[in-house]
Amino acid sequence: MSKFKKKNANTKQEVPTTAMPDIVFMLLIFFMVTTVLREVTLQVRVEMARAENIEKIEQKRLVSYIYVGPQVLGGNTFGDTRVQIDDALIEELGFIRRIMYDKLLEQPKLIVSLRVDRESEMGMVTDVQQELRQAGTLQINYSTRRLQ
Amino acid sequence: MFSKKRGRPEAEIPSSSLADIAFLLLVFFLVVTTIDVDTGIGLVLPPPPDDAEPPPPIRERNLLKILVNAQGMILINERPAAVNEVRDRVTDFVDNANRANDENLAVSPQTAIVSIKTDRQTQYEIYISMLDEVRGAYKELRDAESMRLFGVNYERYRGSVSASEDVIRQAYPMNVSIAEPDPGN
Repeated sequence: MSKFKKKNANTKQEVPTTAMPDIVFMLLIFFMVTTVLREVTLQVRVEMARAENIEKIEQKRLVSYIYVGPQVLGGNTFGDTRVQIDDALIEELGFIRRIMYDKLLEQPKLIVSLRVDRESEMGMVTDVQQELRQAGTLQINYSTRRLQ
Repeated sequence: MFSKKRGRPEAEIPSSSLADIAFLLLVFFLVVTTIDVDTGIGLVLPPPPDDAEPPPPIRERNLLKILVNAQGMILINERPAAVNEVRDRVTDFVDNANRANDENLAVSPQTAIVSIKTDRQTQYEIYISMLDEVRGAYKELRDAESMRLFGVNYERYRGSVSASEDVIRQAYPMNVSIAEPDPGN
């Protein structure tokens, strides 16, 4: 009996660290899920407009972006105003309708975020909007930064 | 037998470095994650025009027409105006019933429609600032109403109720119409 008691008294007092990998893995999985690794390579210049009364987009998963701005030609030169969706420049504005309609079928609650260069002309923006109306993607959002 | 059991070493994969590996991955994802909040001005486009069904008639006094030309000059109901004037004009127009009660301005906030029209050559930035001014006017009105009824600003009130129960929003619905721009020259 006394032998046993002695042994017990000798056990090391340690913080159990067996669960640590589990906790770390949990954090890891959280960050893996929230990370968006693939950002599109912009082929147009988008310098965002600034505004005061703006709101956050709560559900980022629903958002699809359309970029409008002067095409980047390299060497600090810019071409005509072009429209980019995902990774491709749109050759003809009529294509927007089809692309956005397909996206709408995939995600019925689609929000289209327009990232328009602040120096773009409204004509192009309206043309894009008309296409969006035809596609049925009516929830839009003008991406703007907060006024400083 | 006793000694035999004692003597057998337990076969285990060394797992002490597991935490290190997990940490390494964790740090990688921590670094590459950008939790940037996307902000913007939300808007709902009207459905495509239906030729068979003409648009509903709108009384002239319920419509505030803001016109912005390519030079960024503003006309409000055919009269020139300055940018910093827009907000007050919209506020007066929308909340007419509770203010001046002018018979040339909106009957009630629910019927008021603000129409923004631009030229094709108008800069996007100017259009956004105009939209911002209109939204600012509505924010002021909603905040004031929310303060009066509930004693908190509208943003806090909105967080506490569902969208369908939002009486402030029903009292001051934001009816902004984006007209198709003139071709300009």
